[in-house]
Formats: sequence, structure tokens, C-alpha cells
Amino acid sequence: MTHSQTPADDPPRRSWRDLPRRWAAFVASGAIRIFARLITAVQPEWRGVDPLGPQRIYFANHNSHGDFILIWSVLPHQMRNRTRPVAGVDYWGGRGLRAFIGRDVINAVLIEREREGRQGDPVETMAGALDDGASLILFPEGTRNLTDEVLLPFKSGLFHLASARPNIDLVPVWIENLNRVMPKGEFIPVPLMCKTVFGAPLRLQPGESKTDFLTRTREALLALRPKPAEAS
Amino acid sequence: MSPADSDLVTLILGAGGILVLASVIGGVLGWLYSPDGRNVTIENLNDRIRSWWVMVLFLSIALLGGRIGVTLLFALCSFAALREFLTLTNAGRADHWSLVCAFFVVLPLQYYFIWIGWYDMFAVFIPVYVFLLLPIVSAFRGDTRNYLIRVAEVQWALMICVFCASHVPALLTLKLQNFDGRNVLLIAFLVVVVQLSDVLQYVWGKLLGKHKIAPKLSPSKTVEGFLGGSLSATAIGALLWWMTPFNPWQAALMAFIITLLGFCGGLVMSAIKRDRGVKDWGHAIAGHGGFIDRLDSVVFSAPIFFHLTRYFWSV
Repeated sequence: MTHSQTPADDPPRRSWRDLPRRWAAFVASGAIRIFARLITAVQPEWRGVDPLGPQRIYFANHNSHGDFILIWSVLPHQMRNRTRPVAGVDYWGGRGLRAFIGRDVINAVLIEREREGRQGDPVETMAGALDDGASLILFPEGTRNLTDEVLLPFKSGLFHLASARPNIDLVPVWIENLNRVMPKGEFIPVPLMCKTVFGAPLRLQPGESKTDFLTRTREALLALRPKPAEAS
Repeated sequence: MSPADSDLVTLILGAGGILVLASVIGGVLGWLYSPDGRNVTIENLNDRIRSWWVMVLFLSIALLGGRIGVTLLFALCSFAALREFLTLTNAGRADHWSLVCAFFVVLPLQYYFIWIGWYDMFAVFIPVYVFLLLPIVSAFRGDTRNYLIRVAEVQWALMICVFCASHVPALLTLKLQNFDGRNVLLIAFLVVVVQLSDVLQYVWGKLLGKHKIAPKLSPSKTVEGFLGGSLSATAIGALLWWMTPFNPWQAALMAFIITLLGFCGGLVMSAIKRDRGVKDWGHAIAGHGGFIDRLDSVVFSAPIFFHLTRYFWSV
């Protein structure tokens, strides 16, 4: 399989000229995680897997730009350094602060979400990052869920990636409450406690159809939702 | 070193001594009965003791830091408690601006009024002004579903987590007879009595507890635990009269009122947890749960202790 690179996906150059930039990225990454913890006191619940483990594809519900930061904040640092969120080049590519955060701070795997005018195949880009040893954070709804639905239908990317690299564990991660911290259209976060619930790993079964697989993974993610309060 | 400081240091050394003793007992119990860390009760006990070390350390630094230390510490506790409380409520998208105001306007203002010692304002700011103004912010969004419930929840969260908790640093604003510069000891007295009462109720309950007081609210609270805990905490309060403006019997009475309110505060907060279907308010303090789990008895006793002291002892 050829591994086509988009211009935005160049690996960061390592030279002394980059030192200030890398140092700034290191500081920014720490600051973002401290801020996230101050606002949300995010707590991981390792229900189906251990914090430390093999290379994985984490797939999660997507309500806010802060989603992957919460997952990232609760990963042990050995895991965090090798875990890259998959993000749209339309938002995180380009220039300026967003590009700095997208590329240098969170080291995102940037993919082109729009089918038209696409230069590389997103699945190949993601598979390439996996081949380099990275774990991925993927949001299979494809975009932020700004509706009242709990979870949008999954796009097919997760299936194609699982078909391309069938030996990597897919770990569902339910992010709880972040949509209340920053509801759609708001820009000041309210501090509320958040949780990230990690479920048991899944893999593509031999001969499993795309529809079955997407239904199964979606239900595995929904099953991690904390139960609503019950009257005792 | 001022007399207040040396009294404070005595008290902190005393607390440190108790913690050393507790750590030794916890260590021996763990070595005897839970060598592989499987005994849930003992592991929880040791978690609690470790958290106590951290809490005593923070409180000591704050108390030695004086007015700014105490005000900052309790403002942060209010923030953490409010975050825990509002997480469990129905407040949602339509209340976003009310919540933003609660955290970033009401809370800092209340502590600012305490800081400048403006009694007439900090005593009515949340129960009167915020009570009336904040529902307006929510109403503007036009979402009427559960409106009364949402407004009441936010208001009560502010009363418990901000208004009541802020009465601890407010003790520093009191002017008492022959007690200049020693107000920080009032806070030490309140916190020591409340927390020892909680600990002693736990200990007496584990040792002798048979009859449950309120099985529906809190299965771990027993008559024996309550009586043993509140009476021994009252006795300790009386023995601490030297650091208060009270004489021994007044100190005992104050300590008794504090423990009684603290106990009831624990019950009320348990009722809310039961209603919401959770065991703990949060996960911030190992072995204890959340901030509110540790603060519930303090917040219920602080305003009453403040007003009783103000009414009978202020000049």
C-alpha cells in the first residue's frame, strides 16, 4: 500500500532551530491539560482495558474540540506521547495558532474530510501513522455532534481502518458531560466534572459486514454511558 | 511569634501527633490483616489517613498564612464543591449563563465581600440578590422545562457551596472582646471539632455501632457512633476552650451545637446523593470521595457558629 503524504502531514523536523517551537509546544501541552483538569477534574474509568497496553485505536463520541484533550489528559504519559488524535486538516491545518496546536502540541494526524478535491486517502494516512507505531484517537461520527442526538451514526472510516489494520485493538471511549461544560454555541466553559470511560477492546470479525461492524462498535460505545440516576 | 501563632502551632503539632498515631495504627492493621491490599475497610482507612495528611497540611499553611490564606483556601473549596454539586443537577444548556455567573461572578464576589469585611453585603448577597437576579438570566433563554427545579438547584448549590462555606473565612471579620488578632483560632476550633466529630463517629460506629439512625439515608451512621462521636467531640471542644473567646462550658456548648449541625449536614447531603443515585459527590480525595463529602458538616455548622459567636461575643 502506498502511503501518500499531504503537505500538512510532514513529520516535524528535528533540529536546534525548532527548539523554541518544541519548547513552546511542550509548555502549551502541559498548560492545556492543567486547564482541562481545573475545569473538569476529568476522571478515567478503565472498565474494559488497562491504562498501559499495546497500540490501540481509541474511538469516542465527539461533542467538542476538547474531547481528545480529555482522553489525552488521562492517558499515562508513556501512552500519551504515542497517541495522536485524527483531525480535519480543514480546521487544524493551515497557519497560525490552530496549526501550531494541531501539529506541534497535539501532533494530530491530519486528514481531508471532504471527499471532493481530496489528494490523499484518509484511511491510508491513518494506517501510515499506525505503522509508525502511533496509537490513534478517532471520532467515528465524522464531525462534532451539535444535535440533541446522543450519538450520531458512524461514518465508514472506522470500518475501512479496521479492515486495513485488523490486528489492532479498537477501544471505545465514552466522554461524559463535556457537552454540558461547553454546549453548542457557547464559548465560556462552565466547570463541571467529566469522565472518560474506557470499554473492552473490539476487533473486526472475519467476514463481518460494514453495517454490522459499525452497529456493533456504536453499541459498544453507547453501552459505556453512565446510567441515569435511579430513584432508590 | 504572636500568641495566636503559638497557639496555632501547638494545635498543628497536636494534629500531626494524632496523624502519626493514626498512620502507625493503619500501618500495623494493614500489615496484620491486609498484607496483599485486599481488605477494603483497611485500605479505605489508610487512604483516608493519607488524605488527612494532605488536608491538615493545606489547612495548616492556610491558617498560618492568615486572612489571605484562609480566604483563598475556602474560595477554592467552594469552587470544587460547586463543581461537584452542579454536576449532579438538571442545569443544562439554557442555564449556561447562570452557571457561568455562579462560578465566575457570584463566587468571587462573595469572597471579595468577605475579604473586605462588608458584613451587610456578604450576609445578603446570595440569599437576596443572587436569588432574585440569577433566575432572570435563566428565564431569558426561554426554556421552561423543569424551570423551577433548575433554578432551585442552582440557588441551593450556591447557598451550600459558596454562602455557607464562605462563613468559615468570615469568622476572621468578627470583632470579639479580648480576642484581637486571634480570630484564626476560631476557624481552627470549628474545623477541629467538626472533623474530629466526623472521625470519632466513624470510629465509634465501627467499634460499637449496632442501631442504624437513618438506614435509608446513610447506612453507616449508627446511634452508638453518633452519641460516642458527638459527646467525645464535645469533650474535646471543651478542652480547647483556651484557644477560643469562650469559657469551658461555653466551648462545650458550642462544640455540641457544631457537632449536631455537622451530623445533620451529613444526613441532608446524603439524602441528595441518594436522590441522584450516587455514592460520593466526587473523586477528588482518596478514601473520602469528593470535596462535599468532606465539607458537608463544616458548611452546615459554619453560618450558625458564625452568628452565635457574633451575637453573643462581638463588641
